[in-house]
Amino acid sequence: MNLAPILPELILTIGSIVLMMVAAFLGRRGSALCSWASIALLLGASIALAGEPSSAGMLFGGQLVADGFGAFGKLIIYLSAAVAIVMAHNWFERDFEHGAEYPVLILMAAVGMSVMVSATSLVTLYVGVELNSLAAYVLASYRRTDERSAEAGLKYFVLGALASGIMLYGISLLYGFTGTIQFEGVAAAFAREGTQSIGLLFGLVFLLAGLAFKISAVPFHMWTPDVYEGAPTPVTALFASAPKVAAVLLGVRVCLDSLAPAIDAWRQIMIFAALASIFLGAVAAYGQTNIKRLLAYSSINNVGFALIGLVAGGPAGASAVLFYMAVYVVMTLGAFLCVQRMRDENGEPVEAIDTLSGLAQTRPGLAAALATFMLSLAGLPPLFGFWPKLLVFQAAVAEGFFSLAVFGILGTVIGAYYYLRIVKVMYFDAPAQPYGKGQGMVEGALIAIAAILVSPLGYLLIGPLGDVTNRAAGSLF
Amino acid sequence: MTSVPILSILVMLPLVAGILALFQSANGARWNALITTLVSLGLGVWLWTAFDPDGPQWQFVEHYKIGSGVAWAMGIDGIALVLIELTLFLMPICIGASWRAIDKRVPEYMASFLIMQALMIGVFTAQDLLLFYIFFEGGLIPMYLIIGIWGGAEKIKASYKFFLYTLAGSVLMLIAMLVMILKAGTTSIPVLMAHDFDPSLQWWLWLAFFASFAVKMPMWPVHTWLPDAHVQAPTAGSVILAGVLLKMGGYGFIRFSLPMFPEASNAFIPFVYALSGIAVVVTSLIALAQTDMKKLIAYSSVAHMAFVTFGLFTFNRQGIEGAMLVMLSHGLVSGALFLCVGVIYDRLHTREIARYGGLSDNMPKYALLFMVFTMASVGLPGTSGFVGEFLSLVGTYAVSSWAGIVATTGIILGAAYMLYLYWRICYGRLVHADAAAMPDLDLREVWLLGPIAAGVFWMGIYPESFLRPIRADVGRLLERVERAAPPGDAHFTAGKPAATPAHAEAH
Repeated sequence: MNLAPILPELILTIGSIVLMMVAAFLGRRGSALCSWASIALLLGASIALAGEPSSAGMLFGGQLVADGFGAFGKLIIYLSAAVAIVMAHNWFERDFEHGAEYPVLILMAAVGMSVMVSATSLVTLYVGVELNSLAAYVLASYRRTDERSAEAGLKYFVLGALASGIMLYGISLLYGFTGTIQFEGVAAAFAREGTQSIGLLFGLVFLLAGLAFKISAVPFHMWTPDVYEGAPTPVTALFASAPKVAAVLLGVRVCLDSLAPAIDAWRQIMIFAALASIFLGAVAAYGQTNIKRLLAYSSINNVGFALIGLVAGGPAGASAVLFYMAVYVVMTLGAFLCVQRMRDENGEPVEAIDTLSGLAQTRPGLAAALATFMLSLAGLPPLFGFWPKLLVFQAAVAEGFFSLAVFGILGTVIGAYYYLRIVKVMYFDAPAQPYGKGQGMVEGALIAIAAILVSPLGYLLIGPLGDVTNRAAGSLF
Repeated sequence: MTSVPILSILVMLPLVAGILALFQSANGARWNALITTLVSLGLGVWLWTAFDPDGPQWQFVEHYKIGSGVAWAMGIDGIALVLIELTLFLMPICIGASWRAIDKRVPEYMASFLIMQALMIGVFTAQDLLLFYIFFEGGLIPMYLIIGIWGGAEKIKASYKFFLYTLAGSVLMLIAMLVMILKAGTTSIPVLMAHDFDPSLQWWLWLAFFASFAVKMPMWPVHTWLPDAHVQAPTAGSVILAGVLLKMGGYGFIRFSLPMFPEASNAFIPFVYALSGIAVVVTSLIALAQTDMKKLIAYSSVAHMAFVTFGLFTFNRQGIEGAMLVMLSHGLVSGALFLCVGVIYDRLHTREIARYGGLSDNMPKYALLFMVFTMASVGLPGTSGFVGEFLSLVGTYAVSSWAGIVATTGIILGAAYMLYLYWRICYGRLVHADAAAMPDLDLREVWLLGPIAAGVFWMGIYPESFLRPIRADVGRLLERVERAAPPGDAHFTAGKPAATPAHAEAH
């Protein structure tokens, strides 16, 4: 059996098992070693994506596929997971919890996400989702002495289990009514029977409901603000980036591959989810006083825009979604890296938006970076966050969804208000108690790189990144 | 033609200088900004002399492909040229006006202004639809910061209002642009200007563009952000807002709405005229009742901009050239009036008209220059205001007599509120001791206001300098919109030849 196409997953799986042993035996002393080794593994896995893992086609009798689409998703996932490990390196060492298991859990989550983006059967899909989720539940409650973290983990677990159950129910209905778990077979069944079959339709709705939970699209978003607020900041940064990419890409593959003949059925669902996410994400963020909750609503809002690209469908729509998620991840990780620097003089993290007051005068560099990420998340030109929004709207307009585009773009105006509020607090208000001195050159460098990528200089990437996403999206069809 | 990418240099130079300013001391940033804007102005003068008014429509063209769907495409015609000159001329004056008035966070202030300049030049030079949009919207962020950080007491509200109002207007334009790109298959503005869109589609596209430009212009009833923004912005912010940002609306109409959607533009003439007519009368009356100097001038801007929309939607040469001249003239005059307000505000820190009075006694130089700009705003022959308003009214009258009559009342009302303002500030008795103690203009202030006064007279006495570059382009625009030009309601009849005088001579 040729294992070369799953080389990245093998690297991560074997690596995580070895590192788990290291963590168990070395204990606290092993945490630095585990962190850097995990980062090396993730980078190695990213490099291993070139070649067969991005072109080998169907594997294991149609359980997985190694194509450009999956490889693109995995690249984003591995890199953002690596950033999440970098962020955590200084974070947990201050407490008595030790950080050695943290990178191991992230590696396992990364394997799960890899499976998600390359699944071509309902069972591998479910296995991938669960592998990622189980690691994520533990990560959310990683600061187990902190009540909020424990609460976040519990909430995430209970609601996540419910969503998994719904998804599994949908999968079983689809299997029962089509007799196959392969995406191809499901597609063939939909093409044959249409959406007249109540069983198929129910299966579709339940499957998509489960996926909507994973991408925190409205109306399955309830868990997001609580979990984002309660989880330790590096974990929140991970939740907002890699698993979201994995789930969105999984959604794209499911919708455009296995459910393609039922496009009219799932389009209605996605249009609703997209607009509801955009508006709820924009409106609910108004009253937030906690920056992490605000970013949670921001992520709900942004997923709505990505779904507009999915609604458009076709190679252009899929390419727009990929482009969107790539830029979104940079903006989000950048924003969370800035949030991580919000610490009082004892080094304890603070999360109240008020403490950002006057940051432009006390820490001009940090304020400029956070302002860049905020305005970019809002999609305001000339920042690069504008371009992916433009692409999804362009895809929607090309498919004739004019009113969807108009409502979506009006949502950006509503959302602009709360992003501007952060800029206002940092730039217009009088300085508050300054933060403790930032530490971590690596994080500082990452903030700078992310800020440059989403600055107007990012437009230089339109050509190369556009080519890559077009090719990746093309491999779906 | 030259191969120097002069337009890119004009955009990049202030951008780089702006980023540099962030790392400088207060004085370093001031000098950096002044030198950069003066060098840009020098380049602008060179650009003006190098521009060939009889040459091809698009000159100094640059084109670099960035990626799928967008290109760094630049190029100007005469219409863009004169607006660029206006921008470059006002910028050093803005920096000079902020030299002492701004004393906190100077590097950020200068950086905002320099970046603002880059984006404004970008708007007028962009030849790619999406590039235009990026520049057009990009200007909101620096202006938001300028109002919000260095503004007056209610700066927060004003900055939000400015930002969200303009953003809400503009986003629909983006969707319209995407539809246009889809239908025409190109993002090139020159190509789109010659593309004939389906008239029923034009209707929607026109409305989407109108939403954006009407807010920017601003037209009644979406002008309410302007008084707030003007009153709260620092003096130089008001100058740039009135002098250049408002012109982007007019530029948008002339670059997009008219040539791209001629049929729709024609269909909406009554609508535009109605809004403009209301603006002229209503905002003039509102201006008459103001007690705050800046608010008065802000409302007068709305009234003057109505002359621009009247002129543009005449579809005839007088109207469109007049509209262009009104834009240029208003850019100079309203900028200068805001500076005049700034001069006395710096001394007394109030904008209440009632706190002044009799300034012609203790500030004769100031009173003289203020008089010049007041008269220019009124439209006195010999000043810039007259030429543009006259041409615009002639054009309007040719299309609709009623519109011409309503618009002309604007001249009378304009004289009323401006002279009333001038009277209250400069004439009468020096009743307030603190106002009487104010010193006259210093050298710096003379250098700020003097060049604008020269420009006002130049444009009033020899407008040909400004009409020459735009003549050919207005001609091309007229050719383009000719098929949709409205028939005038004035029917000229040849007069009966009078009894031949004894010594008749050819005129």
